[in-house]
Amino acid sequence: MTLRRGIFLSGIGVISAWVLLPIWLIAASAVGGQGQISAWPKPLWPAGGTLDGLASFLAIEGVWKATANSVAVALLTMAMAILLGAPAGYALARFNFRGANLFRVLVLMTRAFPVAILALPLTVSFIRFGVYDTAFGVALMHTTLALPFAVLVSASLFQAIPRELEEAAWVFGCTRWQAAMRVVLPLALPGIVATAIFAFVISWNEVFAASVLTVRNRTLTAYLLAVLSESPMHLQFAGGFLLIVPSVLFIFLVRKHLFAMWGIANR
Amino acid sequence: MTKHPRTLLIVSAALLALAAPVRAQQSTVFLSSQLRPVESAQIMRTQILKGYAGKVEFVPEQPAELVVRLQAEKQAGKSTISLVAGVHGELQPLVPAGILTPLDDVAATLKARGFAPELLALGKFGTDHQLMIPWMQATYVMVANKKALPYLPAGADINALTYAQLADWGAALQKATGKRLLGFPAGPTGLMHRFFEGFLLPSYTGGVVTTFKSPEAIVAWTEFAALWKFVTPNSTNINFMQEPLLTGDVWVGFDHIARVIDALTKQPNDFVTFPAPAGPKGRGWMPVLVGLSIPTGAPDVAGAKALIDHLTLPATQIITASTVGFFPVTSAALPPDLSPGMTLAVSAVQKTGAAKDGIATLLPVGLGAKSGEFDKIFLDTFQRVVLRGEKPDAVLARQGAALQALMAETGAPCWRPDPVSAGACQVK
Amino acid sequence: MPIRWLPYALIAPAALFLGVLFVIPLVQTGALAFQVHDAWALGNFTRMTGDLNFADALRNSFQLVLVAVPVQLCLAMGMAMMLRHLQRGRAIVLWVWSIPLGISDLAAGLVWLTILTDQGYLNSVLFHLGVIAAPEGWLTYETPFALFMAVAIAEIWRATAIVLLILVAGVQMLPKEYGEAAAVFGASPWQAFTKVTLPLLRPSIQSALILRTVLAFEAFAVVMALGGRNFPVLVSEAYAWKHFNQDTGVAAAYALVIMAISVAATLVFLRLLRTPVEQQT
Repeated sequence: MTLRRGIFLSGIGVISAWVLLPIWLIAASAVGGQGQISAWPKPLWPAGGTLDGLASFLAIEGVWKATANSVAVALLTMAMAILLGAPAGYALARFNFRGANLFRVLVLMTRAFPVAILALPLTVSFIRFGVYDTAFGVALMHTTLALPFAVLVSASLFQAIPRELEEAAWVFGCTRWQAAMRVVLPLALPGIVATAIFAFVISWNEVFAASVLTVRNRTLTAYLLAVLSESPMHLQFAGGFLLIVPSVLFIFLVRKHLFAMWGIANR
Repeated sequence: MTKHPRTLLIVSAALLALAAPVRAQQSTVFLSSQLRPVESAQIMRTQILKGYAGKVEFVPEQPAELVVRLQAEKQAGKSTISLVAGVHGELQPLVPAGILTPLDDVAATLKARGFAPELLALGKFGTDHQLMIPWMQATYVMVANKKALPYLPAGADINALTYAQLADWGAALQKATGKRLLGFPAGPTGLMHRFFEGFLLPSYTGGVVTTFKSPEAIVAWTEFAALWKFVTPNSTNINFMQEPLLTGDVWVGFDHIARVIDALTKQPNDFVTFPAPAGPKGRGWMPVLVGLSIPTGAPDVAGAKALIDHLTLPATQIITASTVGFFPVTSAALPPDLSPGMTLAVSAVQKTGAAKDGIATLLPVGLGAKSGEFDKIFLDTFQRVVLRGEKPDAVLARQGAALQALMAETGAPCWRPDPVSAGACQVK
Repeated sequence: MPIRWLPYALIAPAALFLGVLFVIPLVQTGALAFQVHDAWALGNFTRMTGDLNFADALRNSFQLVLVAVPVQLCLAMGMAMMLRHLQRGRAIVLWVWSIPLGISDLAAGLVWLTILTDQGYLNSVLFHLGVIAAPEGWLTYETPFALFMAVAIAEIWRATAIVLLILVAGVQMLPKEYGEAAAVFGASPWQAFTKVTLPLLRPSIQSALILRTVLAFEAFAVVMALGGRNFPVLVSEAYAWKHFNQDTGVAAAYALVIMAISVAATLVFLRLLRTPVEQQT
């Protein structure tokens, strides 16, 4: 191994450590319990770690219900973002039509506005239409966040699929719908799956809209925000750590698709 | 994930169809701005509500959110909340909005519980009807680590401390340890504003609003800025005093009793408790009354009334006091065998209430949704005078104008200890 | 259905959805911002600009974006180039480097809090190394620079991953021949990078900058966890006005300011980093 190679590999190592070390440290804080929080100086290897902090956190009433809510909201968001976003993306990719640019701008604008505030005027309307404090209501809000990604990413996915394939299917007697379903969709599916999972992550991590729009059916992050801001530190760290675990798993599950999504999204 | 696109669509459609019925089964929803911290909420659910027969969903909520939520539900004409608990001043804005239902019948039924008459009177909010039933009470106290006691200024009585002595104490602690060991809860969700509204300013000026920019107020801020030299700079990150007390970052701290109780119960042998200091005018202190109300349109009025009955039972009142540190509002007597930590808490509250030079201060009354801006005026003054070192007279003139405008806008009459006013309370 | 209408039918659900759940609340927020006591007025904006924290919040927000976003871009660029030269274990390294992508800012704030509190890991390490003798405060109002660095580092840690992914995707699509051609003409690796790779990556850099700038102006939970009241930014002020002061008008004014800045930044990036026509695919 040359010196150059050594420097290169240690660079990789340093950056990986920069990403992983903080996660390791919060894990240490999470299992260290209250003693670890006030310990000075702290051992970098948690001495006699206990799972008490995590256990007492998981024993808090409502954590499991909130987790179930989070999953329900995220799945709904995922489904709605794809169902609404994919056809729009297909339209942007395959047709030149007036208003296409206006639509693109509308979609981009949604990302330039702070969500926490957006949720304010919605509260009253949500109560009126009976979707306040439901998983569905929060999912509606989260879909506005995930939809821009879904539209733009799926547009580039469809763009990457040669138009000729589709036209060939028409020649063989498929209708437009059949061609889209049998030829285009299967090709775009890996990218769509990645987009869907990204929508899931967006929803899973969103805090403010979820706190404003719910009372009893809190999502996990909204629930944590409410209880954590006024909890002892060791419980906060346990909660923070438990929020990170699913994120790490998500990213692991989608690692192959991340490329598919962004690679084509950039064209 | 499925390989077949149609399956994906079907799964998604099924999920959409499932969405609507995600609702909890019927139970009495109890929204509370108190007992929010995880551990107290847990005690509420597992111990305080234990003997109650019905099914209760206890939902803790930030005070500001609580008011907004009730107003939004009223506006939309659909209610989910049957019982609401909050501090007297938090529930007050709901009165003019017509959100609280009269509870005269409940008050009559529960007469035998022996509510303190002055607390029951507060529950009328100046109307003819009982709109709130008292539930529990608390106040703010000082907690000191026993390690700090040797440095108490000579001749100072810890139970009759003055602000000057507190400053000397902080100076002595810094000299001995090299660290600033006084602490105040000035973090983003800390209750620092209550310290100014209920403790510091009444102690120096004998008032809150009327005396806001008086010469005495300038003295108060000047001396507090001097005292702040001995306060840990972490104070602006402290929301709950119990944490830094337990870690030893703070040796002498001020906070709401419910926000130090954890330290007292975990290490009762390490701490002493005592009333907040006194100034030239007396010992300003703020009693906190938590009450129960039923919002209009509550889906389960019967359940809410049964819950009020349960929460004011002598046994429940005693459990509440001995677990979360909020004290009875009824004639229920505390047992002598309290845990050491609770004994510390009880004694601090009793000493505060019994202080001869006490000036009891109410939480702001009649400000409605503007109470947050009222607090902001005090916190901004604090930030300018104490943290940024601006001249107190200029700052008070400026903030006083803002306070005057706020009082004029809300039309709120003066509350204790300011003298009774005919119209809106005036900054003199 | 005539083919002319098909694209409109396809975008209709999404457009309708965004219309109801984005445009209407946006207009409502705008109305809130420009109304005082149900009359049209600029009172909310004068209150906002006259507030103690407004100038600080504006300055902090810009400083944060100006420091964090370029660092993220350079760091991510370096990481993308390293990945390009990595033969084995690419997938695992990419996975590790993308992990922060899935971490919510609430959790990221807590992660850095555990490191930076007085009894935190940073102080412990410094103590073990003999640099300090007692806990050092990093997050107080008395150490504004350390506090700012703490917030910036946490932001960089959390959000470099998304820039990395966008760049990696762009790098992947670069034709290998360009680099080879540059080598044939005797360009040094650095010249090849600046003269060939960077210009070709322009579209990716543009998307990354727009996305990151917009999201950095909205960074909230990290800032709150580490800075609290000591480090106001525009979003945290909007939250404070809504949540603590209960003045939705001023909160809405802040929201509009954030949106105006985000839109302006987007336009600037679109213009500065325009892709030359001949390079478009």
